[in-house]
Amino acid sequence: MADLPFRVLPRVTRANEHFWRGGAEGRLQFLRCTKCGTWIHPPSPVCPTCYAKELEVAAVSGLATVATFTLNHQPWVPAPDHPYAIAIVELDEQRGLRLMTNIVNCPAESVHIGMRVHVVFEQREDVWIPLFEPAVES
Amino acid sequence: MEILERRAALTGIGQSEVGRRLGRDPLELTLDACLAAIADAGLSPREIDGLSTYPGGMGGAPGFTGAGVTDVHDALRLELNWYTGGIERPGQLGAVIDACAAVATGLATHVLCFRSVWEGTAQGKGGRAGIGVGDGGGRGLRAAGAMMELTLPFRAYSAANWIAMNAQRHFHEYGTTREQLAWIAINARRNAAGNPNAIYRDPLSLDDYLSARLVSTPFCLYDCDVPCDGATAMIVSRADRARDLRRPPLRVEAVGSALRGRPSWDQFDDLTTMALRDAAKMLWERTDLRPADVDVAELYDGFSFIALAWLEALGFCGVGEGGPFVDGGARIARDGEIPINTNGGQLSGGRLHGFGFLHEACVQLWGEGGARQVPGDPRVAVAAAGGGPLGGCLLLARE
Repeated sequence: MADLPFRVLPRVTRANEHFWRGGAEGRLQFLRCTKCGTWIHPPSPVCPTCYAKELEVAAVSGLATVATFTLNHQPWVPAPDHPYAIAIVELDEQRGLRLMTNIVNCPAESVHIGMRVHVVFEQREDVWIPLFEPAVES
Repeated sequence: MEILERRAALTGIGQSEVGRRLGRDPLELTLDACLAAIADAGLSPREIDGLSTYPGGMGGAPGFTGAGVTDVHDALRLELNWYTGGIERPGQLGAVIDACAAVATGLATHVLCFRSVWEGTAQGKGGRAGIGVGDGGGRGLRAAGAMMELTLPFRAYSAANWIAMNAQRHFHEYGTTREQLAWIAINARRNAAGNPNAIYRDPLSLDDYLSARLVSTPFCLYDCDVPCDGATAMIVSRADRARDLRRPPLRVEAVGSALRGRPSWDQFDDLTTMALRDAAKMLWERTDLRPADVDVAELYDGFSFIALAWLEALGFCGVGEGGPFVDGGARIARDGEIPINTNGGQLSGGRLHGFGFLHEACVQLWGEGGARQVPGDPRVAVAAAGGGPLGGCLLLARE
């Protein structure tokens, strides 16, 4: 753990714990509307499509595509790994189901828009941060 | 439908001393700007009956706000009929748009609007602060709320990171390059040379830009605005009470305050643009004037790419054509097709946070730009502020 870079951790609440702790079982989870099937992110008590309240926690495949990215060079905090890749990825399950994340386990310079990636979790204290690495697809 | 904001006019402007690190009381800077604006309009503080500011008194990043409504209200012993301060609005200039609505509906006659920052002094001699790493993470505090919780754990500590991703997507879809984006920064620096209050006034070359250190790709140092200390204020008056004042009133022709996409840095439908797309669209829905009628445009450049996005959104060039449009700098220069950021913007003038653009639009329409004055007696100007989920703009016309 000593060589992991510093991270601000999220405050876990009843509303978001499925997202931040699903990684304990290797699951990337979002709320999904049981009436119309819309995936919802960030969590909300009402479906933004049909306004139903009957929502469930469901896991996605973890496969995603890099929609955009940036290589951060600025030492906002000391870190051993500048530049590192911040990205917005779009999950396979739904157009617009997006997440800000880091692309890891590859050279930062290899990250590109359209890159296929898969979720991998980094545990910090009581949360599992969903990061993405290059996908190995058959 | 009557376009009600036309019942509003800009009648006075004021600015404090502006500097990189002044070490002065931020309330004093604020009051300097406010009193200057009141005097500029030919009013006395007794005649001010409305007060509006962004973001108001609050915590947040060091130096982000120098004074709130209550501070100024009490310091000047104003007698107010209407007042508001807050951050949940269409960008920094949302505070001015609200003032237009207040005078148009008769809730106030003369509204003092202000924005005050002291980020230069507050951030000290170290590097520019990242969000949430000063007070937050270092002490084991946790990020809360969608904006912080879904960015900071991914080491995205700054709007530099968030907006860089919009720029990167724009580069990808439209072929925009750093060599093109550079001209937003170079143009700003050229104009800053004519602004005695600008922070950086030495020439900036394309080579300087391309050899500068990277902050967050594709942004280098010169794509990021410069934190400073300073306050800006203006008076929004009822148009029918503006004619007897000291200056020719600048009529508010139209405002744009729309946000029709999701209010988010990362969830907006089109990642090549941002909330400003909707604000700009609304502006043109409320006037018969067209982009070709605009003589000067002051476009928010907290990051260079935001100004490029405003250029496209406001229709000064086609969507996706911003890169070729600014390339070489001729079209956006003081004597170009559409002069932008004539005071150096925030990139070179200093991060006065939105209000500097409206201030400069007024300076230009009143013909007081001196060495940086746009030629040809400009009569119509647009002032636009905000990036990410923030965006608001005003179209001003001198009678």
